[in-house]
Amino acid sequence: MPPLIRCEDIWKIYRLGDVEVHALRGLDLSIEQGEFVAIIGSSGSGKSTLMNILGCLDQPTRGRYWLNGIDVAALQNDQLADIRNQEIGFVFQSFNLIPRTSALENAQLPLFYRGMSLREQRALATTALGRVGLQGREQHYPAQLSGGQQQRVAIARALVTSPSLLLADEPTGNLDTESSREIMTILDRLNKEQDITIILVTHEADIAAYAEREVVIKDGRVLTDRNTKPGVSLSPTEA
Amino acid sequence: MPAFILLTVLTAIRVLGRNRLRAGLTMLGIVIGVGAVIAMVSIGEGAKAAVAQRVASMGTNVIIVLPGSTTVGGVHGGQGGAVTLTISDGMDLKKRVPLLRDTGWAKRDVMQIINGNKNWNGPVNGISPSYLTIRDWSFASGGPFTQQDVDTAARVALVGQTVVENLFDAGEEPVGAVIRIKNVPFRVIGVLAPKGQSAQGSDQDDIIFIPFSTAERKVFGTQFLGSVGALFASTERVEDLVPASDQIRETLRLRHRLQPQQEDDFTIRTQVDIGKVQEGTSETLTVMLFAIASVSLLVGGIGIMNILLVSVTERTREIGVRMAVGAKRRHILMQFLIEAMTLSLVGGCIGILFGVLGARLATVIAGWPTIISGNTVAAAFAFSVAVGLFFGLYPADKASRLNPIDALRYE
Ligand SMILES: Nc1ncnc2c1ncn2[C@@H]1O[C@H](COP(=O)(O)OP(=O)(O)OP(=O)(O)O)[C@@H](O)[C@H]1O
Ligand SMILES: [Mg+2]
Repeated sequence: MPPLIRCEDIWKIYRLGDVEVHALRGLDLSIEQGEFVAIIGSSGSGKSTLMNILGCLDQPTRGRYWLNGIDVAALQNDQLADIRNQEIGFVFQSFNLIPRTSALENAQLPLFYRGMSLREQRALATTALGRVGLQGREQHYPAQLSGGQQQRVAIARALVTSPSLLLADEPTGNLDTESSREIMTILDRLNKEQDITIILVTHEADIAAYAEREVVIKDGRVLTDRNTKPGVSLSPTEA
Repeated sequence: MPAFILLTVLTAIRVLGRNRLRAGLTMLGIVIGVGAVIAMVSIGEGAKAAVAQRVASMGTNVIIVLPGSTTVGGVHGGQGGAVTLTISDGMDLKKRVPLLRDTGWAKRDVMQIINGNKNWNGPVNGISPSYLTIRDWSFASGGPFTQQDVDTAARVALVGQTVVENLFDAGEEPVGAVIRIKNVPFRVIGVLAPKGQSAQGSDQDDIIFIPFSTAERKVFGTQFLGSVGALFASTERVEDLVPASDQIRETLRLRHRLQPQQEDDFTIRTQVDIGKVQEGTSETLTVMLFAIASVSLLVGGIGIMNILLVSVTERTREIGVRMAVGAKRRHILMQFLIEAMTLSLVGGCIGILFGVLGARLATVIAGWPTIISGNTVAAAFAFSVAVGLFFGLYPADKASRLNPIDALRYE
């Protein structure tokens, strides 16, 4: 069975007028189904750029990326949308909920684009909100929820489709310690109980400590890649 | 897909409901445009129907031949002066133009009519009996005169409603009464059923008919016996009007010995031509109102486009989020198109309401006839959808072409 994620010599070059910014410079990475990976690195090292490529929101300038054995570079926009809808859940630092739209409807959003019946959408979204401890808050608007609660709605939205991969780019970056701990507990449980692969970007060591594997990125390349909980880890990893 | 469309419509309504003032102002152009279209079409249709009704009151498939030629602008000149049409022309037409069902003739003059101590100046028409059939005159009481009356130049008269009102007391029976036309006594043998206004707007019921021969010999004092004021003919079918007119022209030119380079010394008009002239006036009005309505709809459409462009910019991040969770290009396209169409449709419905109200007011206050047809309302409805679709297309397309990552990063 192929790894869930396989990146080979990924380059991402932004052109700003005459200036070229090399956000990723030949990055290699491989992640198996069910892993819990923390990506760390200094600001500007290319973590978000990598996450966007892994999440099929963006395409690399050069290099190959296989998701579940599928060569992503060869896909059309609509096929990429399908992959984002079915395989991937994305959690952003700034929550990115749709304003003035209820928690339930926010959590329903990915199902909306599956042409599912409204009743099914509601049922699944209600369950997902329950799983992140937000039962009873279905009709609240984002503005009526705390930051931690908003991020939990975002997590419910990410997992409502039962994705195989959950990408979280600094999910606790805007949250206090207590809320951060709650969010991490939820992610940890999703990984352990539902075998969802989680890739997490963070600047904080205590958040990274929830993961089983730590990938350090520097100047658009993997600097170190190590198993932080050898006893628990599912698979050995390459450097 | 149905669930998607339903939810998108609901979302659109909610988004627009949030900015009621903005949505209302945006819809104003459409409201005014559609309202103007509905009002104008209703008034136009009403006017057209009224004209059609008047034209129909002329008779069925009528052709009128007047003496004298037509001048450049289509205005008939020289009537009365020329003595170019005669009874024998009329009789010959009947023989030579098989398409004609009937031919008749008439000659008119305004004269004083006296009944007891009442008098009235009205148009007295000497007519052939067939004239009554051609012009579809019917009787309120009494009946028409006969060929025998014509042959003997009998002093009998048919009177119209207006004449009756002015010459007789209420309740007095005109039929059998003796009236004096230019001091000649005539017995009234029929009262004509009312017709109302003519296509040109004159009162058709202000009229008296007497046999043509009687008029010629005893009332008018004509110099040329047999000359007529106008020839009338009718055809079986509307389609025959044009070929019959052509044949009449040929026959008359031949009879009048006109050389090819000579102009006609008569003028032929059909009922259809007369209807067209009348419709022309209301069409000018319609074209003008249509221009106003088009401009309003255009302005309304641009308003929708503008507000949608603002909306797309304001909601760039939302578009990014939607794309990130799996929205395809067509989903985003549909979302904004549906929003545009919701705007224009709601505006259109309000416009239809105002238009119907305006038409009603025109009827109630100004007394204009109006007709609000289902077709007009349906067309206005379709038009507003089309405006929304057309002007929503650009903003929606712009939104759908956003790159997910750029949209998400948008500040
Ligand atoms: N859209 C863009 N256009 C131009 N340059 C970009 C763009 N996005 C990122 N970059 C550049 O690419 C490099 C990597 O950016 P990236 O956002 O991946 O860093 P990061 O590791 O996530 O940093 P942080 O920890 O601050 O979030 C940076 O130098 C950044 O300026
Ligand atoms: Mg980042």
